Amino acid sequence: MTAIRTDTVAAERVPEVHEPPARRHRLRQLSGGDKVVLAIMIAIPTLIQALLIWIPTVASVFLSFTKWNGLSITNLRFAGLDNYLYILKDYPPFWPAVLHNVIWLVFLAVIATPLGLLLAVLLDRPLRGTRIYQSFFFVPVMLSLALIGVIWQLFYSQDNGLLNNLLGTSGTSHAVDWFGDSRVNLWAALIAATWRHAGYIMILYLAGLKGVDPSLREAAALDGANGAQTFFRVVFPVMRPTNIIVVVITIIEALRAFDIVWIINGGTNGLELLSALVVRNLVGEGQVIGIGSALAVVLLVISLVPIVFYLVRTFGKEAAE
Amino acid sequence: MPQSLSHVTLNRRQLFAGAGAGALALTLASCTGGSAPSSSGTGSLTFGSNASDPVPKKAYADFVAAFEKKSGDKVTVNTSDHNSFQEKINNYLQGSPDDAFTWFAGYRMRYFAKNDLLGDVSDVWKKVGGNYSDAMKTASTGDDGKQYFVPNYNYPWGYFYRKSLWQEKGYAVPTKWDDLVTLAKKMQADGIIPIQFADKDGWPAMGTFDYINMRLNGYQFHLDLCAHKESWDQDKVKKVFDTWNEIRPYQDPAALGLTWQDAAQKVGNKQAGMYLLGSFVMQQFTDPAVAADIGFFEFPEIAMEGQTALEAPIDGLCLSKKGADSQAAKDMLAFMGTGAGQLAYWKADPSNIMTAKDADTSSYSDFTKMLGQVIAKAGHISQFFDRDALPAMASNVMIPALQNFTKSGTIDLANMESQAKQLYSQQ
Repeated sequence: MTAIRTDTVAAERVPEVHEPPARRHRLRQLSGGDKVVLAIMIAIPTLIQALLIWIPTVASVFLSFTKWNGLSITNLRFAGLDNYLYILKDYPPFWPAVLHNVIWLVFLAVIATPLGLLLAVLLDRPLRGTRIYQSFFFVPVMLSLALIGVIWQLFYSQDNGLLNNLLGTSGTSHAVDWFGDSRVNLWAALIAATWRHAGYIMILYLAGLKGVDPSLREAAALDGANGAQTFFRVVFPVMRPTNIIVVVITIIEALRAFDIVWIINGGTNGLELLSALVVRNLVGEGQVIGIGSALAVVLLVISLVPIVFYLVRTFGKEAAE
Repeated sequence: MPQSLSHVTLNRRQLFAGAGAGALALTLASCTGGSAPSSSGTGSLTFGSNASDPVPKKAYADFVAAFEKKSGDKVTVNTSDHNSFQEKINNYLQGSPDDAFTWFAGYRMRYFAKNDLLGDVSDVWKKVGGNYSDAMKTASTGDDGKQYFVPNYNYPWGYFYRKSLWQEKGYAVPTKWDDLVTLAKKMQADGIIPIQFADKDGWPAMGTFDYINMRLNGYQFHLDLCAHKESWDQDKVKKVFDTWNEIRPYQDPAALGLTWQDAAQKVGNKQAGMYLLGSFVMQQFTDPAVAADIGFFEFPEIAMEGQTALEAPIDGLCLSKKGADSQAAKDMLAFMGTGAGQLAYWKADPSNIMTAKDADTSSYSDFTKMLGQVIAKAGHISQFFDRDALPAMASNVMIPALQNFTKSGTIDLANMESQAKQLYSQQ
């Protein structure tokens, strides 16, 4: 009796009656061993994800509404929105940090990423020694943080740096204090960031360009398109998967920009960035867990907006196609 | 490396190690187990050391060897990187700390004592107390009146200069504030940077703030302000910055791009007249001829207490809560309180001043002797802003505020007060 009833209900609900039995049939082909393997393959990443991402995220959100000195759990008190109000109203580096993150994003998007694309297009041609040039531009991506600090110190040092020597201002009172003067140090840091970012983008686009079907270019040439038209109307749109990755990477790089400013002066004096403020408030002796967590949540929310927007748009389109 | 706020040099690996330790501290604390079994009465102890630079590392190794030889106890030394030891101290003390560890006097010590994370060493002080000045005892005492710290050495802050340059130009050591301002003007006219200043790392400027504050408002006000018993938003504090503005134009305008090491070089090269820093600045004068030509004078008198208060941060040893049960660990701290123990350390690291009264100072250089006398005659010994105040106040509020003051000459005290309120209420 019950069995028949269920069948009827199922038949009424699902118009394609053939689909459910087919699925059930496929599932039945999994052996016991397969199921164990599948369970492990799902469980382990889920566990890692939960342990390293979800639990800390939820804990951060929770802690951002508390006051806690990080010692005994009995010291934990609820603070309501206090930490957020403090950040918005009383914490002087916060708004400069937001502004600098925005500048960082615009600079990467308008200058660094197109520069990487330009390098990729130029070096994709059959030039002599193109591999060597590619390596040159990619090297900054692979260098360690400490080495990058040393290299840019050599460029920017006020007394004996390369730049001040080239400008002829070295040793004079007109020598530009590239790292110490808060009117210029953000731009100095951005150039250092571009130096890395462009190499990264170049490699992605070189790979993307290799994937473009040569017959498309031939077809465009036969139709009378010039070089620029071929690139912008045909090649660039075809590289859509690469473009998506590049846009997401550019946004992420702008939001998590941290190491260069940290190595210059710890993210103070004109180089405030949200990530540096999070670290200053959350790690080490200056630890104020509630405020640091609130800053981290702000950064998280800001990061989610463009990423969710873009992913929804991308996958939404793909699903529609 | 100054034993001060130096987190700016934190590299990414240490950072992640620290963050990871933080995230996992709660879950792992029970799994990792103690670094040693309870060592009560077994004649052994573990010793956590932040002395990772070669010179202090060797010095602590010599000290431990001398202690082992004298007592027959066995010491296991765990050395951590200097900066990361400070970064992870909260997790360290709550997890499985060593019995004894290197630490600093000041708020940071009292704070952990108040939170019941340090071992009481009052009985050690009964043995070695007579060997220390009252200022040292006060610096080692927690809010509850018990001692939690045994001093090893300290180093004074003051102005350092090239004696030959001053002789050549006919400058005299200023003992009054107005003399300092006049001298700075004269130096500027002579085409040298009058007051060397370096604040890229943020903390060195706190020395100038502390001194002007103590000279204007007294030592007790410094302590109360650091503990936030006094408001930032009041005329007394405003006066500090007004006074500072009288010499600010004579500070090196490149200050915000310089580390203290860079700044010391400018003094060594006679580009700059004088430089307010701790005596660790001597590490930068590697040329013996230059080192022999360095002079020192104390921060001049302004309004009250003359020159009695001195910034001379004290480094020494603490016991963890667990270490308080270990007789061997207490014996080692007592040994630190003797001249013999401190000498074993000092021989390998002679840039500091021993703190025990019976320490044999016959191998001090004349310069070290003079610095020692400066400390001995000080009426009050302060520990530097980042040790006397809440660390978050020092690193998150003072550093940006003083950097901004350094370039603009303005300060928003109402905002500093509201920040202080928020940070101290989080503790």
